[in-house]
Amino acid sequence: MAKISLIVNGNPVTGNVDPRTLLVQFLRENLRLTGTHVGCDTSQCGACVVHLDGKAVKSCTTLAVMADGHEVKTIEGLAADGAPLHPMQEAFREHHGLQCGFCTPGMIMTAIDIVHRKGHEVDDHTIREELEGNLCRCTGYQNIVASIAAGAKAMAKSDLA
Amino acid sequence: MYEFKYHRPGTVRQAANLLVKNEDAKVIAGGHTLIPVMKQRLASPPHLVDLSHIEGLNTIEMKGRSLVIGATARHAEVATSAIVGEAIPALADLASQIGDPAVRHKGTIGGSLANNDPTADYPAAVLALGATIVTNKRRLKAEEYFQGLFTTALEADEIITKVMFPLPKKAAYIKFRNQASRYALVGVFVARRPSDVRVAVTGAGSDGVFRIEAFEEALKKRFSSKVLEGIEVPAEGLNSDIHGSAEYRAHLIGVLTRRALDAANAKE
Repeated sequence: MAKISLIVNGNPVTGNVDPRTLLVQFLRENLRLTGTHVGCDTSQCGACVVHLDGKAVKSCTTLAVMADGHEVKTIEGLAADGAPLHPMQEAFREHHGLQCGFCTPGMIMTAIDIVHRKGHEVDDHTIREELEGNLCRCTGYQNIVASIAAGAKAMAKSDLA
Repeated sequence: MYEFKYHRPGTVRQAANLLVKNEDAKVIAGGHTLIPVMKQRLASPPHLVDLSHIEGLNTIEMKGRSLVIGATARHAEVATSAIVGEAIPALADLASQIGDPAVRHKGTIGGSLANNDPTADYPAAVLALGATIVTNKRRLKAEEYFQGLFTTALEADEIITKVMFPLPKKAAYIKFRNQASRYALVGVFVARRPSDVRVAVTGAGSDGVFRIEAFEEALKKRFSSKVLEGIEVPAEGLNSDIHGSAEYRAHLIGVLTRRALDAANAKE
């Protein structure tokens, strides 16, 4: 077993894990943060995307021990319980950027990463290119792209990063 | 995944010692090849030595006339580095086409080269540009480094520390992606170097990355897609699978080489 300590959604957490534990397992099973999903488990689909030190990564292809000493943000960390949603979450709601919702946490974490790297004015083509590693089987992407474009703009006026 | 012990050394020397001490230990940095392979139980190293916390191992800098990229530089770092963009834009462009954005945040140049997947992108750049692979023990020329499918000149306790790229006069990389895996079905890197021209192909060869000497000879006289007319690429020795036949890949090599030459010439 290996002792790890990291910051998850702003809070210090510790764990005693088998080194085989994936970051996504640690988040879901140890911390009960089940917003992060396991879709394909082969780093293709992006349902497991979280931010590691501020950058979008696939938590199904990251060992929990590799995140020791680092900072992780999950979908649960975007807005406090009961508080207004993060502008990107709100944009997905407003623009109907989801149907079954399984891919949504990964989509939103990727979307916020896109805004961090590409700014608040992102054209549709860029968004589609950037969504390379996130699969959705319901929406046909049209409304996801619209949500991200709107969310990116809304983030410019928000305090939530 | 089978059980293993995780180590996080602070220096390359410590990492090398761990490899000497623990037989069958494997080096990990981004983990974007090794972890999937371990999940499938195709690899079961009893020890993992994580290089990603060794300070300075991801440095990107110019040293004399060479671009030097540290082994743990992530694909995203190479793709967006102003130094790479200035020195060898074709290399930044190549890095920006690997996997997807989240994969590029983790995967490293050293990891890609140490694994030497026959469909990986970096081997084409290293071979075409005539780069030198620097390890904790020695310097290896690209020609001696790549030794076939998933096989390199690296010894069990040898660690890539950096890659030195001499600057080409012109270069470009064109990739025909497998839509599902994002790996190269065929990728061609062309480089006009001060002394010669090199054309390196990834994705197509059943023995990994290789050069096309017939193209190189013709291009030495004139660096233009026009001189390739009439030169056929033999399908012999190329991969044939559900994604494309050897003949299809041979055809793609010709098409992509011409596109790469036009792209390299257009950059002036």
